[in-house]
Amino acid sequence: MTCDEIRGKLAHYVDSELPAGELADFESHLRGCATCAAEALEMLQTKRAIRAAGTRYVPSPEFRLRMEQSIRSRSQRRWFDMRFPRLALAGVAAVLLIASVTVLLNRTGRERELTEIADLHVTALASSNPVDVISTDKHTVKPWFAGRLPFSFDLPELQDSGFTLVGGRVAYFERGSGAQLLFSLRKHQLSVFIFKEEPREFPFHEGTLTATRLALQIETWSEGGLRYFIVSDAPASDVHALSELLRKAAHS
Amino acid sequence: MPLFARLYNFAHWLTQDRSEAEELVQETCVKALKGFGSFRQGTNFRAWMYRILKNTFLTSRAGLKAATISLDDDEAALVEPIAHGTPESILISSLDQQTIQAALDGLPVPYREVILLCDVDEMSYQEIAETLAIPIGTVMSRLSRGRKAMRKWLNEASTRRAFK
Repeated sequence: MTCDEIRGKLAHYVDSELPAGELADFESHLRGCATCAAEALEMLQTKRAIRAAGTRYVPSPEFRLRMEQSIRSRSQRRWFDMRFPRLALAGVAAVLLIASVTVLLNRTGRERELTEIADLHVTALASSNPVDVISTDKHTVKPWFAGRLPFSFDLPELQDSGFTLVGGRVAYFERGSGAQLLFSLRKHQLSVFIFKEEPREFPFHEGTLTATRLALQIETWSEGGLRYFIVSDAPASDVHALSELLRKAAHS
Repeated sequence: MPLFARLYNFAHWLTQDRSEAEELVQETCVKALKGFGSFRQGTNFRAWMYRILKNTFLTSRAGLKAATISLDDDEAALVEPIAHGTPESILISSLDQQTIQAALDGLPVPYREVILLCDVDEMSYQEIAETLAIPIGTVMSRLSRGRKAMRKWLNEASTRRAFK
């Protein structure tokens, strides 16, 4: 590939739109050409800067609540209309309905949250730049989040654990921003998501919950006002080992 | 409410007003709930939701106002090429978020929306084409022109800052 051909396809490269068949040749050229590599880096940095700046607006808690109530009332109304058409049953039905809907909403809320967290992990890995701060050093990664998040967190010591810190990025989920930290273990990638836990925000009880979504292992728990999620295709035992390291760091 | 926060962010960038963005998202959700039967299983749900939002925006007050800006008039200013890899352009990554946001704000909606969908929502060119109901070639040319315009604006901002 010539430099002109490379320049014509740089946007496709940074947007992950380059056909798989061309990728090896393209990257081989970048490794040997400082000018094209500098242009690719500049475009990638600009894309990252736009992504960070473009995630600017967050719905207010009031608006979110209004929307949730509106959607819940629609669902409840539809369900009620189907099941209890006669007003004579209204008293009994109301009690049953409230109980069922509460259980249903909690369960569906939890399912939805887990699926969304799994999606965040998959989306990040599919991205051409899964992390915005690239470092194996926790003393580089943790300070990068200062000023970007409304909370702080501790990262574990990883010596002899087999885990390697890859980097991090700001993740956006439901009501606000949080940290997404990427770790590697052998050939597996593990995302750790940390969000501030507001009252009633996450439909999870105390304690640890493990689940499988999209063939990914997920472990979630609450610690010191923060909600942690680990998502990975690694075995559940490895996911749990990382959760233990994070818990230990939070307690230290 | 999957996608809620992302839809809101996109709506706010389009309308550039909080209450209009809330109205837009609310109307989008109502239309999606009512018209869920028209969603074809197996097709792209995210693109479907964004398409509803975009179509709703087009008939809103802010959308009608944006539509009065002629794309052709803006293109002359947008196509001016700039050199890649200059020291100035490398400074873009070090500019603060407010400056980058101001550059995005200054783009005409057709360029702003493709950049947001591509860089912020990380949609593929095909998804963007489906969402905006435009050919994939138009997606690529708007991305290219929009990015060039942004780099030009940011380079100028960077130069202005250097001379202060």
